Amino acid sequence: MTHSDAGRTPRPEPDETRGNQLFGPQPNVAGAAGYPDAPPRMGFFTDTTVCIGCKACEVACKEWNAVPEDGLELTGMSYDNTQGLGADTWRHVAFIEQRIPAGRDSAAGHPDVDVFDAARGLGGSPEATAPATGTAALAGQISPVSPDGRTELRWLMSSDVCKHCTHAACLDVCPTGSLFRTEFGTVVVQQDICNGCGYCVPACPYGVIDQRRGDGRAWKCTLCYDRLGTGLEPACAKACPTDSIQFGPLDELRERAADRVARLHVSGVTEARLYGESPDDGVGGDGAFFLLLDEPEVYGLPPDPVVTTRDLPDMWRHAAVAAVSLAALAVASFVRRPR
Amino acid sequence: MTGSDVPRGGVRGAAFGRAAAMAQAGRRRRRRGRGEQAMVPEAQFSSYYGRPILKKPVWAPLDIAGYLYLGGLSGASSLLAAGGHVTGRPALARSAKLAAAGGISLSLVALVHDLGRPVRFLNMLRVFKPTSPMNLGSWLLAGYVPLTMAAAASDVAGRYRLVGSAATGAAALLGPAVTTYTAVLISDTAVPSWHEGHRELPFVFAGSGATAAAGLALAAAPVAQTGPARRLALLGAALELGAFQLMKRRMGLMAEPYEEGGPRALLRSAEILAAGGAALAAFAGRRRSRPLAAVAGAALLTGSAALRFGVFHAGVASAEDPKYTVVPQRERLRAPTD
Ligand code: SF4
Ligand code: SF4
Repeated sequence: MTHSDAGRTPRPEPDETRGNQLFGPQPNVAGAAGYPDAPPRMGFFTDTTVCIGCKACEVACKEWNAVPEDGLELTGMSYDNTQGLGADTWRHVAFIEQRIPAGRDSAAGHPDVDVFDAARGLGGSPEATAPATGTAALAGQISPVSPDGRTELRWLMSSDVCKHCTHAACLDVCPTGSLFRTEFGTVVVQQDICNGCGYCVPACPYGVIDQRRGDGRAWKCTLCYDRLGTGLEPACAKACPTDSIQFGPLDELRERAADRVARLHVSGVTEARLYGESPDDGVGGDGAFFLLLDEPEVYGLPPDPVVTTRDLPDMWRHAAVAAVSLAALAVASFVRRPR
Repeated sequence: MTGSDVPRGGVRGAAFGRAAAMAQAGRRRRRRGRGEQAMVPEAQFSSYYGRPILKKPVWAPLDIAGYLYLGGLSGASSLLAAGGHVTGRPALARSAKLAAAGGISLSLVALVHDLGRPVRFLNMLRVFKPTSPMNLGSWLLAGYVPLTMAAAASDVAGRYRLVGSAATGAAALLGPAVTTYTAVLISDTAVPSWHEGHRELPFVFAGSGATAAAGLALAAAPVAQTGPARRLALLGAALELGAFQLMKRRMGLMAEPYEEGGPRALLRSAEILAAGGAALAAFAGRRRSRPLAAVAGAALLTGSAALRFGVFHAGVASAEDPKYTVVPQRERLRAPTD
C-alpha cells in the first residue's frame, strides 16, 4: 500500500510460531475470535484532508452513546478544548496550527501550480505526474522558514477514534473478558462485566481507553455496536458533513484509501500518507485508519505502535527463569548450615 | 513566541509560535551559561502540543506498588517457610508462614481496593485467559492464598500437621511464580519504561522479593535460626542490583525515568538499603546480635518497598512524557532504511 512518505517498512514477522494469535497480519479477526460465519470486518477510514473541524462527529457520538460531559475547559492551545480521547470522549478532533514555508501548503493549493494541468493528471498513473518536490524536509519540522524567510499557516484537523486494532492490547490483557471482539471485528467493552481493574488503560498503545471517574469502569468507542447490529452506520460517520469519516467493510475502505492517496499525490499533495491501514504494522493493522498530511506524532498518534502482547511469551519465559532462579537462591541459602 | 507574518489570512503575530514550539521542542535541558559545556543534546521529536500519547496507569500507587511489594514478600517467604520447615528451624518457618499468609492477604486487599468496581472482583475468575497476566495472576492467587493460610494456621494451631506440611510445600512451589509474575503484569503494557524492561524486571522482582522475605525473617526470628535468611538477603540483593543495572543499560532512552526525580531518589534508597541491609545482616549474624539483625531486616523490607514504588513511578513518568513513546518508535522506523 502507499505509505512511502512516512518511510515505514513492514517489519518481518519475528516469530512464525507465534503467528497471528498475538501479532502479525490476521485476515479473519472475527473468525479467529470464534465467529464461524461472520459478516465482513467493518471499520473507519478517516480522511483528514477533508476534515473541516466542525466537531459534528464528537457531538453525534456523545449524543447517540449518552457519553457524559467531562469538563468544559479552555486549553488555550488551539480550538481543541476536547484535548484527547478518553472515557468520555470517543471521537476527538485534533487541531494543529502549523507555520510552514510559504508556498508549501499543497493541501491549500499552490499559487504557482496550474490546477487544470494537475486535474488532467488525476486518474492517471501517480508516478507519471507526481511533482518531484519531496516533503521529507517537512517531516518532523513543524515551523520551518522558506529560503526568503516567509512562512504561512496551515491547519491540520483530524478526528481521532479508537483504532479497533487487529491485535488489541486492551482486549488481550483484560482479565475479566469484559473487552471482547464482535462479529464485525470491532473491540467493545461489556459494561456489565468490567470490574474497573484498569489494566486496559496503560495497555493501549494509542492511549485510547480510560477509566471513567466516579463510575470506575473502562469506556471507549464501540464503533456503535448497537447501530451496526441494525444495519445503521456509526453516529460519527453519519454526522460527518464532508465524508471525512467513512464507514464500511475494511477491505473496501483500504482500496478507497489507496486510491485517494494516489490521487492526492498526483495533485501535488505529496505529504499524504496512510496511517494504520497496513496489516503488517505492529498491531496487525487498525480497523479504524487514517489519511494524514504530516507525521503521526504531530496528530498525537504513536509513529510505530506495537501490541504489547507480542512480547508476552518472551515475558513469561523470563519470569519463569526468574522464578526458578529465586527458588535456586533459596535452596542455596539452606544448603550450608551455620552454627 | 510571536510568529512572523502569515501571508494568507492576514493574521499577524498570534500564538502560532506556541503550537509550533510546544510541538517541536520536547524537553530540552537548559544550558547553564555561555562558556559551559553543552549537555547531551536531546532528541528532537514532534508531538501534539506536548501532550502524552499514552494514558498513564489509573492505578493508585499505594495499592498497586503495594501489591507488587507484598506479593514479592509473600512469595519468597513461602520458600523460607518451606526451608525452615524441612531443616528444623521452627521459629523461622513460623514467621515466614505468617509473613506469606499476611502479605498475600494484604496484597489482595490492595488489589481489590484499587478496582473501580470492587464488588465485581470475582469477575477476574469468570474466564481463564492466558493472554492476560492479571487473569493468570488471579488464578495463581486463588490457588496460593488458601495454601499460605492453611500452612500458617496449621503451624500456629499445631494441628493437622500433615495438611500443614503439604500446604507449606505447595505454597513454596507457587511462591516464586507469585513473586515474579507481577513483573509480567506491569511489563505487559504500552508503558515504555515497564515494557522495555520485560526481560530483566522479573529478576529484579525476584531479588527484591528475596530481600524482603529475608528481612522479615531477620526481624522476626532468633539469630540462631536465620542463617539462611542472611544468605538469602545477600543473594537476593546481588540479583536485584545486578539485574537492575543490566536492565537500565539495555533500555537506552527509556532508562531515563528511572534516573530522574522521585523515582531516582526511591531507587537510590532501595539500592543502599538492600546492599546495606544485606551487609548488616551478615555482620549481625557474626555478632549474634538480635537488635542489629532487626535493624538489617527493617532496612531490607524498606528497600524492597522503595524499589517497587520507584519502578511504579518511573513507569508512570515514562507514560506521561510523549518523548518516551515517540523517539524510540521513530528510531525503530528509521533503522531499516538508514
Ligand atoms: S486503539 Fe487501544 S482501545 Fe482501541 S482497540 Fe486498540 S488497544 Fe484497544
Ligand atoms: S478495566 Fe474493565 S475492560 Fe479494562 S481490563 Fe479491567 S475489566 Fe477489562
